[in-house]
Amino acid sequence: MELTNYVVLATILFTIGATTVLLRRNAIIVFMGVELMLNATNLALVTFARIHGDLTGQVLAFFVMVVAAAEVVVGLAIIVSIFRTRRSASVDDVNLMKS
Amino acid sequence: MTASTGEAVLFWCLAPLMVVAALSLLFARKAVHAAIAVMFVMVSLAVLYIAQEAPFLGVVQVVVYTGAVMMLFLFVLMLVGVDSSDSLVETIRGQRWIGVLLGLGLGVVLVGVVTQATFPPATGLAAANAETNPVGLARILFGDYVFAMEVVGVLLITAAVSALVLTHRRRLTPKRGQREIADAKVAALPDGGRLTPLAAPGVYAQNNAMDTPALDPQGRPIEESVSRILRIRGQERTAESVLEPGREVLDEHERRRGVLVPRADDADEHRVVAAPQTPPQTSTEEG
Repeated sequence: MELTNYVVLATILFTIGATTVLLRRNAIIVFMGVELMLNATNLALVTFARIHGDLTGQVLAFFVMVVAAAEVVVGLAIIVSIFRTRRSASVDDVNLMKS
Repeated sequence: MTASTGEAVLFWCLAPLMVVAALSLLFARKAVHAAIAVMFVMVSLAVLYIAQEAPFLGVVQVVVYTGAVMMLFLFVLMLVGVDSSDSLVETIRGQRWIGVLLGLGLGVVLVGVVTQATFPPATGLAAANAETNPVGLARILFGDYVFAMEVVGVLLITAAVSALVLTHRRRLTPKRGQREIADAKVAALPDGGRLTPLAAPGVYAQNNAMDTPALDPQGRPIEESVSRILRIRGQERTAESVLEPGREVLDEHERRRGVLVPRADDADEHRVVAAPQTPPQTSTEEG
């Protein structure tokens, strides 16, 4: 088995995550799509680290994980505060600045 | 270098399952199901990392993603409400088909690029992982990327503080403590408020249920001792159904209930629930 298969799997997962962000309305599911995209890039980074025999890819994946954790904290706090004021977790309801 | 047969078997077992689980993000009705599926994808990714000579990242993946991030997601799902489903109204016309088209296009482009590109022959990490994988990672992390590491630490603290600030709720009304509640109760006395808590429902020798009223010192049933919900539904039992019939206080009580005379107007009323116009009268009857 070629290692390229891992990269193909990563791209498929990334595509599913991106499509989720485009299609779903529930803010939490959209957020999980973002997480899936970050995970897919991590898989690609780890695979490339193995292909090139260089651990820097794994270090980058580690940084991605840390930044993703910070992003989740802030994003979920925003979702919770929006839910408190608007009683809805749908991304379509956040249109206060429209017109 | 190509992967071993065992790794190929692992990959071909996990990869289709992962794709199916990831697809449930698109098709799951309930957000909780999507969260569980994403957790499965993340655990499988951890397994793949370990198979790909990255045991440290595999452990971190389990701890950080499935342990912390997805638990946070589940907490927020519980806060927001588990059954908060998607609205099916399209705000932009044809958005769904445009979205599907863009997703498919992105997938085709990415997979096409990856399969067409020629990668160098894989070297493997045997040399880089000579002193175990965490040691090799640490040499790079604290050697070449010290500054990035510290910036990331600052980022984490900022994120924690920002989450606190974002979810902080400013108190709009003064805090209602024990003293304020007591004062409000005393102030409500002339309007028919009561100082004491409501009486508990009746406890009798042969019956102990929420729907039977307790008896007051005069031996009459206290209507308020039965839950308000049961009274509204009409599911309360009369005290007669548990006590022996023929007691004169009960008869009197039933008679009053029939004409719906408020108890506060009774002449032999002991409690301080009287209306402001009628001063509470005390009587020595029945003790």
